[in-house]
Amino acid sequence: MVNIDIKKATVTEASVSVAWGARLSRPEVIPMYPITPQTHIVEHLAEFINNGEMDAEMIHVESEHSALSAMVGSVAAGSRTFTATASQGLALMYEILPIMSGMRLPGVMAVANRALSAPINIWNDHSDSVSARDQGWIQLWVESSQEALDTVIQAYKISENKKVMLPVMVNLDGFSLSHVYEPVEIPDQGKVDKFLPEYKAEDFLDLKNPKTFGPIGFPSDYMEFKEQQQAAMFEAEPVVQEVAKEFGKAFGREYGDGLVEEYKMEDAEYAVIGMGTLCGTAKDAVDELREKGIKAGVLRLKCMRPLPAERIQKAVKGLKALAVIDRHVSLGFEGPLFTDLRSALYETGLQVNGYVAGLGGKDIKIQHFEKVFNELKEGKKKGGWLL
Amino acid sequence: MNHELSEKAKKLSQGAVIDKPGSTVETKTGGWKTFKPVTNYEECIKCGKCWAVCPEAAYKQNKDGFFEVDLDYCKGCGICAKECPKKCIKMELEEK
Amino acid sequence: MGLKEVRIHGRGGQGAVTSAQILAIAASKDGKFTQSFPTFGVERSGAPVEAYTRISEEFINRRQQVYNPGYVIVLDTSLIGVIDVTKGISEDGLIIANSTKTPEELGLKGAKAYSIDITKIALDIMGKPFVNIAALGAFASLTGETSIDSLKKAVEERMGKLAELNNKALDKVFALAEDLK
Repeated sequence: MVNIDIKKATVTEASVSVAWGARLSRPEVIPMYPITPQTHIVEHLAEFINNGEMDAEMIHVESEHSALSAMVGSVAAGSRTFTATASQGLALMYEILPIMSGMRLPGVMAVANRALSAPINIWNDHSDSVSARDQGWIQLWVESSQEALDTVIQAYKISENKKVMLPVMVNLDGFSLSHVYEPVEIPDQGKVDKFLPEYKAEDFLDLKNPKTFGPIGFPSDYMEFKEQQQAAMFEAEPVVQEVAKEFGKAFGREYGDGLVEEYKMEDAEYAVIGMGTLCGTAKDAVDELREKGIKAGVLRLKCMRPLPAERIQKAVKGLKALAVIDRHVSLGFEGPLFTDLRSALYETGLQVNGYVAGLGGKDIKIQHFEKVFNELKEGKKKGGWLL
Repeated sequence: MNHELSEKAKKLSQGAVIDKPGSTVETKTGGWKTFKPVTNYEECIKCGKCWAVCPEAAYKQNKDGFFEVDLDYCKGCGICAKECPKKCIKMELEEK
Repeated sequence: MGLKEVRIHGRGGQGAVTSAQILAIAASKDGKFTQSFPTFGVERSGAPVEAYTRISEEFINRRQQVYNPGYVIVLDTSLIGVIDVTKGISEDGLIIANSTKTPEELGLKGAKAYSIDITKIALDIMGKPFVNIAALGAFASLTGETSIDSLKKAVEERMGKLAELNNKALDKVFALAEDLK
């Protein structure tokens, strides 16, 4: 349930919403390389710039590796920067992901999540971003078009917070969300400017005051720099919550507390947890199951990195069992979110089952959740693949 | 799940940024060498090739126009001696 | 729950996706929440295309594909036989087909069906067989899920120069459908 005033809303594609989120955040530089299903985001940003509605430099680079490299340079020069990619494109950026976070450069990248090849597949799953979760980027995951727009704006505020200074990935399901038309309220620029002031870098490439960015870190210091990043990630957790609250006050829309959204969890005995659009379908499944007397609930993880472990521990209190729905699988083991959450919940003793679903655009249906909740209720101790 | 920073991590700059320019001169690298270049100024024609080819920029021109090596930064690679058109730079074993 | 689901069948290039989007825009002008999306994939001219619209009084949570539409619009009846256009339709549902033939002749079963020769109206008014928007006139009339005024506003927003003639055709199909009721 997103609080949208339908009278003020326009119906448009979620990709356009992301472009609006970027436009309203006033980035100065946008290095871009198009890839399905992210392309519409780029196209709309190009249109905004062409129409003179947006004052940003779009750099047409020759690959995603260059796109993110250009972003590193641009942020190091002190500019607010935006980019977007998907799937193989994110994979090609991989080398630069830990460089941007390790250099503590803030910025926002939207990822229209898509399966990784082979076989070639342009449809949604989370294998691109989830497999990049260890690279020091804050990862936020959205469920609706409105949330995508709102989250891009919030992401800059989180990213540029002096306690954080880490890049943020805003993940939206490719096609399943990126290409869906639905109502969205486009916030007023003046209000956004008030919420998100101009970015003022403390450390940046400056001819008058030269500094060295990206030097070698010897074994004597490297681990201590990682300590700093780890601490900044944990600092980001309350910042995500504060920014979500502040956004809610300014714009009237909140998505849980920014970390986790709870749906009918107050008296829930069984729940599923996942990320992205699958949670919307899970909510409808829960409504149907509750009519049949099953006390079901949904936890939507909005922030995967940092993983808000204590927050989740609190949210599962009172549950008899929890199912984790992964839209990715760590081949040779299990769903990575399942691994994360079972570890985070180990001390609670809660029964946690892991399911893998929706790989390469396979539809996740209400029936899938019915099956999952029935298995939880029957006391089954193991999940599996939802085909 | 907070991470308590070690004392050293607290002191390090954010993102490993080095905010003082020219800090490499503080690191004297001359100790790496085995052989040091010695110029015979009787034969030197002040052409400056040693200055131009030195990868460490260790040569400086003095007020008489001759090029002198700063042994604090010379790593003893011998390129200057090899390239000298007058062959008046000799690499000599450095006494340590 | 009051959730209405519409499936539009057409061929690549016929504008099924656009008409599903216009339907969503129109319904939101009536104050309703909507979702519209195509079967995602590789676009190819002439290939069978399906596009969907969801309409509800409340924010729409579900993101699964549409399996049991209440309404089906068939822009090109040559698809009947190639694919099952009535698949999953609810018994109290409604089918609108663009054809000179009757629903019985088309073999449309499973729900109440209407057929209107929308191609003829499009050719008369626009000189081109643009049926995707005109067909929505029949939808507005026969289902009442969206108002004709909102539809026309949505067409104006979305179609630019092409809006005027499309809206003319839309009105004409609406009037014809009113007579079928």
